[in-house]
Amino acid sequence: MPLMPVLLWTDALVFLLIGLALGFAFHASRHEHLRDPWRRVVGSRVGVASLVVLSAYGLVGLLDTVHFRLKLDPQVGWSQGMGAEDAGSANLALAPELTRRSDAPTHYSPEVLSLLDLVLSGLRERQEKTYSAPFATHLFVKEAIEQSDGSVRRDYPRLEHGGRHLADPARQRAPDIALRSLIGAVKGALVWALLSAGLLWLLARRRGETMAATWSAVRCGRTAVPWHTALTMLGLLLLLGFIAAELALKYHLLGTDKVGEDVLYQTLKSVRTGLLIGTLTTLVMLPAAIVLGIAAGYFGGWVDDVIQYLYTTLNSIPGVLLIAAVILMLQVYMSNHADAFESLVERADLRLLFLCLILGVTSWTGLCRLLRGESLKLREVDYVQAALAFGVGHATIIARHILPNLMHIVLITLALDFSGLVLAEAVLSYVNIGVDPTMNSWGNMINGARLELARDPVVWWSLAAAFLFMFALVLAANLFADVLRDAFDPRLRRGA
Amino acid sequence: MTAYIIRRFLYAIPILIGVNLITFLLFFVVNSPDDMARMHLGQKRVTQEAIQAWKQEHGYDKPLLYNREVGGIAGLTDTIFFEKSVRLFAFQFGSSDAGRDIGYDISQRMWPSLAIAVPVLLVGLAFNISFALFIVFFRATYIDFGSVVLLVAMLSISSLFYIIGGQFILGKVFHLVPISGYDTGLQAWKFLILPVIVGVIGGIGAGTRWYRTLFLEEIAKDYVRTAQAKGLDERLVLFRHVLRNALIPILTGVVVVLPLLFMGSLITESFFGIPGLGSYTIDAISNQDFAIVRSMVFLGAVLYILGLILTDISYTLVDPRVRLQ
Repeated sequence: MPLMPVLLWTDALVFLLIGLALGFAFHASRHEHLRDPWRRVVGSRVGVASLVVLSAYGLVGLLDTVHFRLKLDPQVGWSQGMGAEDAGSANLALAPELTRRSDAPTHYSPEVLSLLDLVLSGLRERQEKTYSAPFATHLFVKEAIEQSDGSVRRDYPRLEHGGRHLADPARQRAPDIALRSLIGAVKGALVWALLSAGLLWLLARRRGETMAATWSAVRCGRTAVPWHTALTMLGLLLLLGFIAAELALKYHLLGTDKVGEDVLYQTLKSVRTGLLIGTLTTLVMLPAAIVLGIAAGYFGGWVDDVIQYLYTTLNSIPGVLLIAAVILMLQVYMSNHADAFESLVERADLRLLFLCLILGVTSWTGLCRLLRGESLKLREVDYVQAALAFGVGHATIIARHILPNLMHIVLITLALDFSGLVLAEAVLSYVNIGVDPTMNSWGNMINGARLELARDPVVWWSLAAAFLFMFALVLAANLFADVLRDAFDPRLRRGA
Repeated sequence: MTAYIIRRFLYAIPILIGVNLITFLLFFVVNSPDDMARMHLGQKRVTQEAIQAWKQEHGYDKPLLYNREVGGIAGLTDTIFFEKSVRLFAFQFGSSDAGRDIGYDISQRMWPSLAIAVPVLLVGLAFNISFALFIVFFRATYIDFGSVVLLVAMLSISSLFYIIGGQFILGKVFHLVPISGYDTGLQAWKFLILPVIVGVIGGIGAGTRWYRTLFLEEIAKDYVRTAQAKGLDERLVLFRHVLRNALIPILTGVVVVLPLLFMGSLITESFFGIPGLGSYTIDAISNQDFAIVRSMVFLGAVLYILGLILTDISYTLVDPRVRLQ
């Protein structure tokens, strides 16, 4: 085995979520009344455009979710360069995991990587010393440079990687960037053309028309799904992506941060954190909200009283403070049980999971109240009364009549909560009660960068990168949630 | 009415007891006072004596629920639960882990917090309602469409960026206002301008969009169509009919938002260096001062429940159809 898969807790939950989504999609595709609202969603241009953007984010997040540890080459292992003799002792100090399996024939790197890390290994490995601006060829701060004649001059040193290939950066940089952007754009356009052709071929086959007829239908927007919007959006993303990739090979596209890490790499790694907070939180709160909400509304009486008391109590604790209290307690626990966690990654991962859990605890009450109200109404509906009169059991009634009629509320709430949770992550990380400081997240990026605004000239790129990626994700999520709500809410549908 | 209010206040008691139990569980059962002491004294090589001394100093050296050594009624009161949790009901917050009187600190820091939260609420409300009315007046035109796009975009920006952007543009580039800080008395106004502006702008996206929905819902009702059919001026319809009727959900929304203001100023205050309750809580969180966090959780719950009761009362004041039994 060249690598050893690592399954973190959050990874497992993500795969569970994907499984659930696929199962639901399969179920929905076989029921006309479930397919109809989705058809409305993909029939709207805003919906399709935001869906394309969200899928791009999802792809990045998914690539970053497949974790593994690479096998180390026995001869030229990671301790290369330390000297063979003292490498053994360094092994002991640095990598407890390695020593523990030292009797095993193969060693795995202690570093947990993801597919995204492999894809971006260029970005990950090309570290500079400290800050450098986007597209810079020189470091952001002056350093003492030793001249060839032995004298020392204070100047901005050349970067180790960014723009290294240029002999005369001042003159060559602009044409080089332009040329590389052009190459990237051409590559992107080619890939886009290939993908579009594939899609057209599929469409043409399904519609039973020629490719030309399908193309004109798509171009003029005469298809049920606005493919021209989807293709335009896809083209835009591909162009940007390929230009960025082409440039990122030779430059630090979004600069580097304080310790010289590429900012583009950081933002891309942060995508997973943002998506996880937005989705896992709702996933973990969902069972409680559904079960309690339905129980309160359907059974009424003392069950209702108890559940109402429960969520009013939880709701009356200000969210941030509850999160702060729990995370503080988690910190105490983790620092007192430091040996319970195998690696930093695992620790950060568990903290993320706990953050999702506690965010879920603070946010399930809203959904629970909605579900309670709705099941209260549904309980009195004729077909439920009829089922009761026929002696159908409560469990069956809930599963067959109540729950399916509540799913639209659940779905709308999921979508509406997502963007708020992504934004909340940034705020919480600022207060130091968010994700682990070692974890890549937009909140940590903002937190690290905000003090640097006081510098002159300003270090703006970390903030700009976090802003850009967060804004695009949240905007797409907001737009998509609106479309979803319009399509699923029966109240709104009747008006339309 | 009086009976209703009294009953609502009585309902609040079990909820507060619940809040209290949750915090007690979180702070004393999940982690024992020993863990807390170890955390404060540093991780490694803490002697048991040092832990005992720390616990004694902060009053954590008692049994959790029942003190067998004392026994009787005193056995119930001479415990951590009574000393640290039950006393909160009388608003006796005790002293923080750093040794300061929390009650005094709260009474001092309340005012700067209010100095920001109240103007943000009022100015924001006025602006958002006016903007929403403006959009509704031009409904189904490009002004409407453009404004909604703008609102969704504003909604998608993290509040952190509004603060950072405001500080950067108004404070650093144009030097109009100090970036952060606070002053006593009326001198404080120039420190308050920027947080208030940032707070208002940050709230436009969500606020105006919501009010627009409310107004549109109201405008679709029959009585509005009747008024329009009578030939009533559109402005009169908007102000006399739509605005007045839509004020009911707006009012309840505002009262519900009150506890959120408390949270919102958490970030604002610490960014702008304003010595309010928000920055107090943040400092407590970063210093891991559990006593303060515990007190703030309780205080927040009390304020929230108060907000709920006020909402119900305000319903009866503005909507004659609502009768409280």
